[in-house]
Amino acid sequence: MLRAKAIWILGLLGALVMIFNLHAVFMNLPDDALQGGVYRIIFIHVPAALNADIFYTIALVTSVLFLAKKDFIYDSISVACIEVATMLVLVNLVTGSIWGKSQWGIWWAWDLRMTTQLMCFLLYLGYLVVRPAIAEPTQRATMSAFISIFAYADIPLVFMAIRLPNVRTQHPSAVLETGQMARVYWTSFGVGVLALLLIASALVLVRLHQETSQREIDSLRRELHAL
Amino acid sequence: MSRGLTTAFAIARKDLRTELRTKESVNASASFALVILVLFSFAFNLERDEFYAISGGLLWLVYSFAGALIVNRSFSRELPNDCLDVLVASPAPGWAIFFGKAMAAFVLLIIVEAISLPIFGLFYDISWTKCFGPLVLIILLATWGITVVGAAFSAVIVNVRLRELMLPVLLYPILIPLLIAAMGSTTALLSGEPMAGDNMSYLRQLVGFDAIYTALALYMIEFVLVF
Repeated sequence: MLRAKAIWILGLLGALVMIFNLHAVFMNLPDDALQGGVYRIIFIHVPAALNADIFYTIALVTSVLFLAKKDFIYDSISVACIEVATMLVLVNLVTGSIWGKSQWGIWWAWDLRMTTQLMCFLLYLGYLVVRPAIAEPTQRATMSAFISIFAYADIPLVFMAIRLPNVRTQHPSAVLETGQMARVYWTSFGVGVLALLLIASALVLVRLHQETSQREIDSLRRELHAL
Repeated sequence: MSRGLTTAFAIARKDLRTELRTKESVNASASFALVILVLFSFAFNLERDEFYAISGGLLWLVYSFAGALIVNRSFSRELPNDCLDVLVASPAPGWAIFFGKAMAAFVLLIIVEAISLPIFGLFYDISWTKCFGPLVLIILLATWGITVVGAAFSAVIVNVRLRELMLPVLLYPILIPLLIAAMGSTTALLSGEPMAGDNMSYLRQLVGFDAIYTALALYMIEFVLVF
C-alpha cells in the first residue's frame, strides 16, 4: 500500500515539477546568444544523463550487495534501476543527436563522449537482453550482477571523456563546472534534474513492484508443481 | 597462489590438448576468419594505398569475430558429461580454473591469428613484416584483452539459451576501447609510422584495459562459478 502511494506521489509530483519547469524554460528564459532556442536541450539532455548515472550507481551497489548477501530484493532493485536508467540514456542520446544536427549539421559525430555513452547504452542493453534468457532465478541474479558490475566500468570513461587534457572532442566541455553558464539558467537546470529524478524514481518503484510480484508468482508456480 | 597457478597451467594444458586432438574450434574459427577476409575484398573497392588506411580495422574485425568463436567454447566445452560441475566441485580455486581457460583461449586465438595474418597480407598486398616487433606486441596485448573478457563472459552465459548469440551482444560493447586502440595502432604501424606518439597512448590504453579487466575478472569469477 505504502509503495503504491509512493509511486503516485512521486509520479504526480514529478509531472507537476516537469510541467512547471517546461513552462519556465519555454516561456520565460531568454534564448542563448550563440545557439538560439536549441540550447534548451540542456534542461533535458544533461538531467537525463545525470539521473541515468545515479541509477546505474545504485544498481552497481545493489549488484555487489546481491553477490555478498544473496538476497533477491537487491537483484530486483538492480534490474529496475538499470531498465529505467537505460531508457534515460536513450533520451540523452536522442536529444543530443537532435542538438548535434542543429549545431554541427550532422546527427552523430564519433567522438569520445558520444562513443562511450553509446557503449554504455549497448552494454546495459546487453544486460537487459541476456537476463531473460537465463531460466534459473539464482543463476539469473548472479550473472546479472556480474554483467552490471562489468558494464559500470564504462561510466567513469563517459565522465572523463570530456575532461581528459589531450582528447579531441566535439562535445561541449563541462559548462556546469567552469561557471560559464549564466545564473538565470541554473534554477531551471536544477529543477529539471529534480523532475526527472522524481519521475524516474516512480518508474523504478513500478518496475520493482512488477519484479517482486513476478518472483512471488514464480515461487507459487513452483510450489504448485511440487504438489 | 603458486598452487593455484599450477592448477591454472594444468587446466590450460588440458584445454589445449583436447582442442589439438579434435581441433574443432581452431578449425571453425580459422576458416571463419578466412571467409570474412575474402568477403571484405568484395565489400570495399579500394586502391592499394586506401587499403592501408583501413587495414587495422579489417584485421581486428576478423580477429574479434574469430575470438568470439573461440571463447564461446571455453566453458561450454565442459557441459557434456557434467564436466563443469566436477571442475567447480574440485578443490581448484575459481580464479585458477578461469585463468587456465583464458590462457588456453589466448593460445588458440594466437594460433588462428598467426594463420590469418599472412593470408591478410597476401590478399590485400599489405606488408606487415617491416613492423613485425611492435605489431606482435599490440596483437599479444589486444588478444589477451579479448580472451580474458571473453572467457569471463563465456562463464557467465554458459547456461543461457542461445549463448552463441548472447556472447557477442555482451562482448563487443565491452571491447570497444580495446578495439579502438588495437585498430588505430595497427593501421598506423602498417602504414609505416613508428611506435611513438599516438601509438604509445594506444599502447597505454591496451595495457590499462588488460590490467583493469584481468583484475576484475579474476576477482569476480568466484561469484560466477556456482552452477
